[in-house]
Amino acid sequence: MDKSLMRRLLWPSVALALVIAYPLLFSTPFQQRLGALVLLYAIVASAWNIVGGYAGQVSVGHVVFFGCGAYAAMGAYAHFAWSPLVGIPVGIVVSVAIAAVIGVPTLRLSGHYFSMATIAVAELVRLIVSNTDYLGAGVGLSGPTVPRNVFDLSFISALPYYYLFLTVLVVTLGITWWMADSRMGFYLRAIRDSERAARSLGAPASRVKLYAFMLSAGLTSVAGTLYATMFGFVDPDSGLGILISVKMLIMAALGGAGLLFGPLVGAAILVPLEEISNNLLGGKGAGLTFVMYGAIIVLIARFQPGGILTLIKRLSDKRGGRSEKADATGATHAP
Amino acid sequence: MSSILVQVIVGGLLLGAVYALFSSGLTLIWGMMNIVNFAHGDFVMLGMYVAYVVWALFGAGPAIGVPVAALLLATLGIIVYFALIRSIMKGPMLAQILGTFGLALLLRYSAFWWFGANYLSLPENIVGGTFDVFGIRIQASRLLAGVVALVVTGGLHILLTRTTLGSKMLAVAEDSSAAQLMGIRPDSMQAIAWAIAAGVTGIAGALIATFFYVVPTVGETLGIVAFVTVSLGGFGSVPGALVAGLLIGVIESLSAYWIGAVYKDIVVYSLFLCFLWFRPQGLMGKS
Repeated sequence: MDKSLMRRLLWPSVALALVIAYPLLFSTPFQQRLGALVLLYAIVASAWNIVGGYAGQVSVGHVVFFGCGAYAAMGAYAHFAWSPLVGIPVGIVVSVAIAAVIGVPTLRLSGHYFSMATIAVAELVRLIVSNTDYLGAGVGLSGPTVPRNVFDLSFISALPYYYLFLTVLVVTLGITWWMADSRMGFYLRAIRDSERAARSLGAPASRVKLYAFMLSAGLTSVAGTLYATMFGFVDPDSGLGILISVKMLIMAALGGAGLLFGPLVGAAILVPLEEISNNLLGGKGAGLTFVMYGAIIVLIARFQPGGILTLIKRLSDKRGGRSEKADATGATHAP
Repeated sequence: MSSILVQVIVGGLLLGAVYALFSSGLTLIWGMMNIVNFAHGDFVMLGMYVAYVVWALFGAGPAIGVPVAALLLATLGIIVYFALIRSIMKGPMLAQILGTFGLALLLRYSAFWWFGANYLSLPENIVGGTFDVFGIRIQASRLLAGVVALVVTGGLHILLTRTTLGSKMLAVAEDSSAAQLMGIRPDSMQAIAWAIAAGVTGIAGALIATFFYVVPTVGETLGIVAFVTVSLGGFGSVPGALVAGLLIGVIESLSAYWIGAVYKDIVVYSLFLCFLWFRPQGLMGKS
């Protein structure tokens, strides 16, 4: 009993130790920044995963919540000279409210409506913000250029960000794990596999999906605040562009949507890939990076909707000769 | 009514006819196989680039560009159906949305990579200049686009409702296994539906290119316009898409005229969300 528990905890502990040690082992500014970015995107993709993976409601406008957090942080500094940390509570409140406004009508309908509504809201918000002077219109808002104190979260080295993001990621994954293991998590998986069956067994489908959406929105907003503090500014493209939504979606789906560590794996693969291709190809690379992203998404959808982790699990199960098929993807439909 | 207002409304109707045309492609696919093609706007974008390339290479106008765009896009539709849609159709919702959404990115950024982010446009007088009718100034390109779009949309409606092919497609949409028992192959019907949907979308794109700039990200906005149109007209209904398309064209023109061009998309998107809130089955859909 104790031995199996130890064995189960062994690999996660080793992995965590490696993650903690990473910026000390790879200590050039580029490597540390890369590590911080991987963790940041892992937070965002994990937050998306709650509604997109566990609940199976594909939000393609999640950048709205990211933008709320980023704009709240930079707005707090630019207009009131407050610490960008104020952006965390403000961003959460605004995001959760927006999530409720989108979610209440569309989560009653089939999943496609939800996806279309989220795209439209994201574009709507981007257009409105781009035309609002108070929010910096097309230019955006900047954070503190010279940090006044530690609460401005403005550091030159990427190291403090790395550990800050790691802490937030651990909290996010903890919340996700707790949610997945709770009654709500079971409801969500039942709904994802067959909403009709889940409803007929008495699962409060619309309400549970809405809660998942609101939780996911709040966490995404926190990630937006963190992003803004690291980069020191936000504009409509970097804070509200549809490509940010795309990144959340593809990272979660590549690693394994609906799996706890899926988004982390996706981020660990795609962020370095994007940084390297941008460095190698320069401005022209941006287009090519997204061609690649598109191709990856299509290939995942076509051949492996469960993502890499599901594939690995299936392969290792096959090798171990276990007869039961582990299927965590929701790819099965209840009759 | 002042003549300028009439001019704005007529312009809106002509544009709306084109919206109706590419939206009927989206609604056909949705109605037949319950799939939302998130790459639909990018199909329009490809149609526009085809028209541009035909002009840039051969100096030919829409008389050549439109049929070429229809053919190429129809081919693309068939390829997309067999390579992607056929297998994701039966998969989970996540795979369906990811599949077409990934396709959208792939098309959009391939265009970006190949043509660059520059705004391209066909020469302004490729169709002819502007002329006055009862004091209303109309651009010949917009008039041509509107009229052709109306004719093609009407033709599509007749094809779906009055021909054997249309009945077969309807049968597959209703119950594909029953249709199979009657000797109709669902696979080929669905492939034909994709060819038709992508083909008419290509026509619409080539028509828009005669009076609108061509840029890789244009599909994003037009895709949302198609969602708005289809959700307004009811999913699966070509006449619904026609009425809704015309309506949205007029609303867009009027809001650009009254509030300002920047705000026309804001008005249309807000309208879409209101509809999802209050009447998700659309104007003409059944509840």
